[in-house]
Amino acid sequence: MQKNTGLKILSVSSVLLLVAALYMVFVYAPLEAVMGAVQRVFYFHVAAGWVGALAFFVAFAAGLLHLRRGSLLADRVALCSTEIGLVFMSMNIVSGAIWARPIWNTWWTWDPRLTTATITWLLYAAYLLLRQGIEDPQRRARFAAVYGVIAFASVPLTFAAIRIFRSIHPVVIGAGAPGAKGSFDMTPAMRDTLLFSVLVFTVLYGTLLWHRLRLEQLSERVAQMRLRLLQG
Amino acid sequence: MLRVIGALLWKDLLSELRGRALLAALVVFALLTVVVFNYALDLERTVRASVGAGVLWVTIVFAATLALNRVFAAEREHALHEGLLLAPVERLAIYFGKLLSGLLFVLLVEAVVLPVFALLYDLPVAQPLNLAVLLLGTLGYLLPGTLLAALAAHARAREVLLPVLLFPVAMPVILSAVRASQEVLAGSAWVRVAPAFNLLVASDIIFLALAVLLFDQVVAE
Repeated sequence: MQKNTGLKILSVSSVLLLVAALYMVFVYAPLEAVMGAVQRVFYFHVAAGWVGALAFFVAFAAGLLHLRRGSLLADRVALCSTEIGLVFMSMNIVSGAIWARPIWNTWWTWDPRLTTATITWLLYAAYLLLRQGIEDPQRRARFAAVYGVIAFASVPLTFAAIRIFRSIHPVVIGAGAPGAKGSFDMTPAMRDTLLFSVLVFTVLYGTLLWHRLRLEQLSERVAQMRLRLLQG
Repeated sequence: MLRVIGALLWKDLLSELRGRALLAALVVFALLTVVVFNYALDLERTVRASVGAGVLWVTIVFAATLALNRVFAAEREHALHEGLLLAPVERLAIYFGKLLSGLLFVLLVEAVVLPVFALLYDLPVAQPLNLAVLLLGTLGYLLPGTLLAALAAHARAREVLLPVLLFPVAMPVILSAVRASQEVLAGSAWVRVAPAFNLLVASDIIFLALAVLLFDQVVAE
């Protein structure tokens, strides 16, 4: 099996960056005055949400590319990116619930952001189920791309639909709703920590995507070898 | 293209008339849903106005999902799919033919269920604005629904897969339709109905555009 130095370097640097981000979150960033230690969940919560959105966008773009060019690599990217996006979306939702318990006094509320995140999660879980149900690789790739485009288009509409109801989710970056609960002003150290976390999670996403794509390619090669063995 | 759509619509109607009995099953199912909801939610007079719109829409969505599961069933069971694709017609005509026959079936179900619902729940559902919401909401559910039914027709466990694929996609349509119906049934002014109503119209247009752009990819061989 061939060595993959680039991937190895990226993997090691991802781990180091993650340790540095943890240090910033727990030591460098100051303790928030009102909410206390639980506020520290914010940095990875936002970073995970960002990676989820990025991963689903990459899957959407890869799906479009597949529909245009019929490239099977694009289809593989769409699959791998969706899987990673689902993992980060789950982290985002769970870390949000952990924060919400002391701050909003409930694990869950049907707020636009929370509901949209959940429906997005369900959309991409459905995407994986659709792929699982289709045998023919060409058709699976095409149908998955079609569903990916529809799914991606429906997310902003869902957000708009739920926004018709009132929101209590804080908006830390930009102007928030006046009724938001648990909002706070970021100090420069907090802002640095957030930006660094987002950067680290983005690098982590790239690393995972590379690993997952390689795995997919290897499993396809195994499938081809087996086919040749059975025929020969 | 219009002639082809008409022919496809007529074909589905004719096979229904000759005893496929889908429509009767849909109507009975929808009525059962309405009755079950009444007891499941133990609807008091005071909460009926706010909960009624939700009950009505869940009933419609359930019935429409069952209808969508049958949309491509005849073609699949009798291996007519290839025949349909081999016919020298635009692919998009197949989509619109199926969309319209689905719409016709679900609207017929609504025509029966609505008076019964109005009677049982004592709600003013027959207002023109609510009827417009019903039409736009049903259309908005079937627009992505017909496209996804064509996808699911080729998959394993298709009857289960279709609602799993469709519910999250159709969420904006369902939410805005419920919201608009709620406001109309509560007798609100147009300003309060407008946000949900406009979003419903916007969703319909976006799903129509997506279906027109993507259906070729679904039936390509």
